[in-house]
Parts: sequence; structure tokens; C-alpha cells
Amino acid sequence: MSHRFARKLGWNALGLAIFAVMVFPVFWMISTSFKTNDQINSLRPTWFPGHPTLGHFENALHKPYFWTDVKNSVIVVLVAIAVAMVFAFLAAVALEKYRFTGRKAFLVLLIGVQMLPGIGLIIPLYVLLAHVPVLHLNLVNHLSGLIVVYISAVLPFSVWTLRGFLMGIPKELEEAAMVDGSSRLGAFVRILLPLVAPGLVATSVFAFITSWNEYIFARLLLNDGSTQTITVWLSNYTAGSKATDWGGLMAGSTLIAIPVVIFFLLIQRKIAFGLTAGAVRG
Amino acid sequence: MGRPRRRPLVWRRVVNGSVPYLLVSPVVFVLFAVLAYPIYYLVRISLEKFGLFELIQHHGVYIGLDNFRSVLHDQIFWHTLLRTVVFTVANVSLTIVGGTLIALLLKRLWTAVRILLTVGLILVWAMPPVVAVQVWIWMTNVQNGVLNYVLTTLHIGNYDGHNWFDSPFSSLAMATTLIVWGALPFVVITVYAALSQVPHELVEAAEIDGARAWRVFRDVTMPVISPILYLLTCLSILWDFGVFTQVYLLITQPAIVPANYVMGVYLWEEAYFKTDYGRGAAISILTLVIVAAMSIFYVRRMVRVGEVA
Repeated sequence: MSHRFARKLGWNALGLAIFAVMVFPVFWMISTSFKTNDQINSLRPTWFPGHPTLGHFENALHKPYFWTDVKNSVIVVLVAIAVAMVFAFLAAVALEKYRFTGRKAFLVLLIGVQMLPGIGLIIPLYVLLAHVPVLHLNLVNHLSGLIVVYISAVLPFSVWTLRGFLMGIPKELEEAAMVDGSSRLGAFVRILLPLVAPGLVATSVFAFITSWNEYIFARLLLNDGSTQTITVWLSNYTAGSKATDWGGLMAGSTLIAIPVVIFFLLIQRKIAFGLTAGAVRG
Repeated sequence: MGRPRRRPLVWRRVVNGSVPYLLVSPVVFVLFAVLAYPIYYLVRISLEKFGLFELIQHHGVYIGLDNFRSVLHDQIFWHTLLRTVVFTVANVSLTIVGGTLIALLLKRLWTAVRILLTVGLILVWAMPPVVAVQVWIWMTNVQNGVLNYVLTTLHIGNYDGHNWFDSPFSSLAMATTLIVWGALPFVVITVYAALSQVPHELVEAAEIDGARAWRVFRDVTMPVISPILYLLTCLSILWDFGVFTQVYLLITQPAIVPANYVMGVYLWEEAYFKTDYGRGAAISILTLVIVAAMSIFYVRRMVRVGEVA
């Protein structure tokens, strides 16, 4: 018995050790952002800031373009999600409620497209957005160019996850409404929409995280301080300064991670749906 | 009475039949405009001399397969490809093996410890990659990075003032720690969910029969979780092969040299940064073809598993 207990204890100790190693970077980010510069720059690390300071958060918030770039990120992400959710929802309804020729090919196309690395498309998207055919517009350094890219980036997995949520709705409910004399569209709006609302929220949050975190296209298409997004702002934080402001960098990192972590925790249980479709990058 | 009734019926059927196509048309339109057309355009540029001048002129000069010839005769391309394959294999095996082991460990933990570890993993999962990179840069910093301090204090060696980014191997090893750290939670939690499908009685029966842990895993657990492991492996290969952000931002600009290129970084530097878009397009096409060929395994399995139904 005691032998078994010792073994169990060993496994639990290992579990705690893994916890410590995995969480340490997050802990270190938060802890550093509250330390004084003396504590940060000393060769002996301070594990817990004794007298926490909010100075680094102030510096990060007052760093040029912080609020402008947060605003840019919010605009890009919200517009992209709004458009993508409408489009994805319509397609998900078609896939789940209708049998039509080309349906299966469309599904395969969606997973296939999801697998393409964005980096492989930087050249044509850059060249095309620098001079949009037919419209003759230059969308480089305009938020709208990035919005278009993000819409297409979140569409495949959004269709996929929404279809998963629609699958869970019993067909009888919809049929009952139709027997009552509603049209298919009426049945859909009054019965389906409220039922799928939680799925729409989860998918939107999902799309929010993906686009908020995106770096490659944000960096490619917006390269001016006042038009960039917050991930690019963070990656440029230390550029052009002699001594790195570690405290400010970690405070900025914490600020940018907070909304993502909150949203992630909210939908974490629902996330399993889209996982095998390769919805969220690890 | 029969004839006049028939025509509206047929008309109605046509309308109803077109409904699903109307519903998918916005998605198809976006994917065409932002994906299919750019891919066509990519092929076109790859056959042209297309640099900054041509970008301003809005058209390039057709030069046939010269860009491809130039890339395929470039040592840097082949070295980068090989390096990326090794890098991917290392990252994927660490992620999948490590993730499976941690998932198995989760099963053996007390509830409180298990919840703690799960919450920790989810927190890590939620970290934006760009943020994680900054934390890594700070932790591995030459002067007062905590990594050097911890390694020295634990007497693993003298890492005082050790520069982790002075050799391509060490730089990429650091990128591996960052990538594996970020990818582990997804694998652990997915495999852990799959482990609940393993029949309890079977494991117990095998243990009573005196089967060792390894045999129980191989003969009872593995068959149940292997489909999900296959999908996770495919996904990880595809993601890690095309990785850019973590490597590019961690190694940071002046330290990025052909000797530590992976495919994504090579693309960015050679294709975009040097503004030789024609040659860059050729590199992009070669990369996309490799990824597409690999993704066939994933898509085929998804179809077979019945996800596409």
C-alpha cells in the first residue's frame, strides 16, 4: 500500500514540476512587468516583486501609437468577424440542411484550404493589394486590405465549426415549424437562429483570437506606426532603443495577452469542435 | 387541371435547388478572390521578371522557367529545405511524444493536481505567439536572462553571459522550445480527451493479468488513440513546416542569416524583403506544392473518418 502511495506521490510531483515549467514563462512575464528597473536589471533575478510598481504599464500605455494600434486591431478584427460570420453561417446552413451536388467537394476544399501556410501567399496578396485589379486601388497601408485577408483566413474554420453546432440541432424542431405553415426561411430564422447563437458566439471568439494574434499579414500589409496592428506594435517595441526596456516590454505583452486569455477561457470548453479541423494553431 | 399546375412546380424546384448554391456563394466568392486568384497570380509572377520596378508598372516580363531554375540551382534553397525538414521532425516528435506522455500522466494525478496542470496548460495555450516570443527573448537574454541564471545556479554548467543565438543550431533549438511549449497544450488536452474512450475494464484486466505499463499502452490504449494521434501529427507537421512568426521574431533581424533560415523565413527574406517577387513566387510555389502534397494525408483521413459527411 505504501509503495503504491509513494508511486502516486511521485507522479503528482512530476505533474507539479511540469506545471511549474509550463507556466513559468507566463509567470515571469507578469512578475517582470511589476518589478522596478533595478530588480529587472540586476544579475540576480527577483522572483516576486516585493514592492510592485505600475510604472511599466504606464510607460507601455504612453508609448507612441499604443492606443491607435489597439484601435486598428479592434476595427480590423471586428469588421472581419462580422462579415465572416454572416458568410460562414449561410454556408454552414447550406452544408447541414441541404444535399447538393458539389457539397462534398466544397467540404474537402475547406479543410484543404485551412492547411495552406499564409507565408506562401504573401507575394501575390502583397502585389494584388498594392494594385487591386478592376478597382485600381492601393490597399497596402489601409486597414481594408488586412480586413479582406482576415475574412478569408477565418472563413474555412468558421464554416466548419458552425456546421458542427448546426448538426447538434434536431431536424424535428425545424420540421415542426414548417408544418405550422412557416416557410423554410421563417422556420430557420425563428427556430434555428436562437439555437445556434451560442455556436455563433464561440466561433466569433475563435475568429477574434486568430485575427488578434495574427502577425505575418499585419506586418506585410501595414507598415506605418499609425496604421499597424497591436501585434506589430509589440514586435517593434524594442526597435531603435539602446537599452531594452524589459519592464515596458513585459507590461505591453501582458496587456495584449489579457483579452485573448479572457476570451479563450470563455470558449475553452466549446473549442473541441473545431480542433480536428485545424482551427486554432497551437 | 394537371398542366397549369405542373409549371410552377418545376419552377419552384429550380428555385429550391439553387438555394444551397446561393447560400455558399459568398464564401466561394471570397475564397476565389483572396485565394484562388492569388494562387493563379502567383504562378503567373513566378514565370516573370517581377521586381520593384514591375510592381510600380503593374506588370512583369515573361521569362519562362528562369526563376525556378535560379531557385533550384541555389544551395540556400536546398539547405533551407533540409534544415526545415529536420526542424519539423524535431518539433513534431517532441510535441506528439511529450504531449501523449503528459496526457497519460494526467490520468494518474490527484484531481486537484490534474485541474491545476490543466488550467496551466490552457493558460499557455491562450498566449498569443507574438507575446510568447517577447517573453522568450527576455528569458534568454545574454546579460541577465533568467535561463542562464537558472542553468548556472543548478550547476548544469557555466552559462554566465551565454549567447543562445550565436549559432544556427542553438538559435533554432531555442525556437523549438518556444514552438513545442506553445503546441503542447493542444496535444495534451486532445489526447487526454481521446484517452477517456479507452475501455477502463480492459486496462484493469490487462493489469491484473500482469501486463506491464508499456504493453497495456501498446495493446489497449494505442489502438484507441492512434486515429487522433495521426491527425495531430499531420496537423503539427503542416504547421511546423510553414512556421514563420516564432522563428523570425525570436532570432530577430540582424541575427537572421541563410545558415538559420527555415522555409518561412527564407520566403520572407528572399521573396518579400529583397523585392525580387518573381523569384519569391517560385519559392512560394515550391513550398506550397510540398505542403499540399503532405496535406493530402490529412485530408484523406478526415474524409475517411467521416468528418466530411
